[in-house]
Amino acid sequence: MMLEPGIEEKTFYLNLGPQHPSTHGVLRILLEMDGEFIANSEPVIGYGHRAHEKMAELRTYQQYLPNMGRVDYLHALAYNHGYCLAVERLAGIEVPERAEFIRVITSELNRIASHLLWFGAYLLDLGAFTPFLYCFDDRENVVDILDRVTGSRLTYCYFRFGGVRDDIDDEFIAGCRAFITRLRSRWQDYDDLVTKNVIFINRTRDVGIITPEQALKYGVTGPCLRGSGIPYDIRRSEPYSVYPLFDFEIPIGERGDIMDRYVVRLREMEQSLRIIEQALDKLPNGPIMAEKVPKRLKPAEGEVYAAVESGRGEFGTYIVSKGDTKPYRIKLRVPSFSNLSIISELIKDTLVADMVAILGSLDLVIPEVDR
Amino acid sequence: MVAYFREMFVGLWSLVAGMAVTIRYFVRPIVTVQYPRQKLTMTPKYRGHIELIMDPETNTHRCTACGMCVRTCPSSLITVEGVKVKKKKLPVKHVIDYSYCSLCGLCVEVCPTKALKFSNEYRLAGYQRQDMVIDLMARLDAERATVGLPPLPIPTPESEEETTSAEEKA
Repeated sequence: MMLEPGIEEKTFYLNLGPQHPSTHGVLRILLEMDGEFIANSEPVIGYGHRAHEKMAELRTYQQYLPNMGRVDYLHALAYNHGYCLAVERLAGIEVPERAEFIRVITSELNRIASHLLWFGAYLLDLGAFTPFLYCFDDRENVVDILDRVTGSRLTYCYFRFGGVRDDIDDEFIAGCRAFITRLRSRWQDYDDLVTKNVIFINRTRDVGIITPEQALKYGVTGPCLRGSGIPYDIRRSEPYSVYPLFDFEIPIGERGDIMDRYVVRLREMEQSLRIIEQALDKLPNGPIMAEKVPKRLKPAEGEVYAAVESGRGEFGTYIVSKGDTKPYRIKLRVPSFSNLSIISELIKDTLVADMVAILGSLDLVIPEVDR
Repeated sequence: MVAYFREMFVGLWSLVAGMAVTIRYFVRPIVTVQYPRQKLTMTPKYRGHIELIMDPETNTHRCTACGMCVRTCPSSLITVEGVKVKKKKLPVKHVIDYSYCSLCGLCVEVCPTKALKFSNEYRLAGYQRQDMVIDLMARLDAERATVGLPPLPIPTPESEEETTSAEEKA
């Protein structure tokens, strides 16, 4: 941009990222600064593009399974679930009940792990280091429990069409129950450490308010939408798997600020614990894989959309099949992308420090935005 | 005025309450593991790279070099070459390039003779790419050596024409 001589420059540009630690990935936000305040901003995405959707066209249905652990690596099991659900609906595969229960238990454990990681990393953004260590201590427990059954600690590839890979054992169930008691005893510590902390309250109350209208306009889902007071949760509104069997609440916020989104996530973890507890009590016996799932899956011509509630919001898989062993097209509807699109409107006329707080509160996984 | 001081007091108290949590955990036993000196055992289902199962009865592998794992692998990182010996196919080469592996486990599931399993190996690091290329037959020989058995004899085909690469077939 050329400036004419004699005209004073009013605003200047500031690059946040792509290597900025608070973006948690390679996201670049171009900020037009008016002094300390942000006049305009534009997120620049695509640095972590891995062509996940194109990859699906070149692989068979089974071969695409490991990709789902890598779109959003923090809540990988929900993505496993979403994709398996879509393919099962397309091919008409019935999943045995025990497998569905195992899916719900592991998926909810993974949701807790995802929220705990957000909790720690977000407070790191705000300059608080201690809570990070506490929640990683708890998260380590979840990861260990999941490691025992899925065989990996992060990029899970556990669900299969028609069931799950491995059965859970008594040690897993005992581990889950011990973890539930443990995490419940920690809520008080988290409250003392963070929720009641005056610095945290001052930085998050009435900052980054998403109004319900804004949230709906941008297609924001997940805790960000529920923080704005709209009780929309795929597990309730479009029930999948065995979620209708369980009794759980959908926590919502009132004002839609960062504090509300934070509280919603904390309370959601408690609801996940409740779901796991009920699922462990009701766990039926039986097979974990559907019978007669062909090794070379060839669904009939058609298209299907299946959505699941991931830790960040609605994750949808849209598959178009032309009756081949490979999908014709897969479209992944990722929540982080919609949640990111609201950022320009949210950070207008705020300070850079608040902008970091707002960006973190959306719980973005940047590789998921780019996918 | 009262509200101002009250807010200040509540704020200060919240910091003290947070500090109390830290102090309480300060006197509890530590939870971290001092890694190079202390090591955790991996869970039995831990998925490392794949390896051939040594059959306890015959003390050899069950691989028939059918090439199912080669075809199912999303990253095409498995190379299997087999030869026909007395109408039975045996592998002469079973190599994986672990650096491309995404640990999905499809090869283990698809194997018709259940010849593959996951190893418990997690301390893998190398100075070059070639270090991540793992020869499963050599690993099996090493496992045989631990029970005092010689390396497997390399199967020789009856005639040159019968040598077929599983990759070519696929």
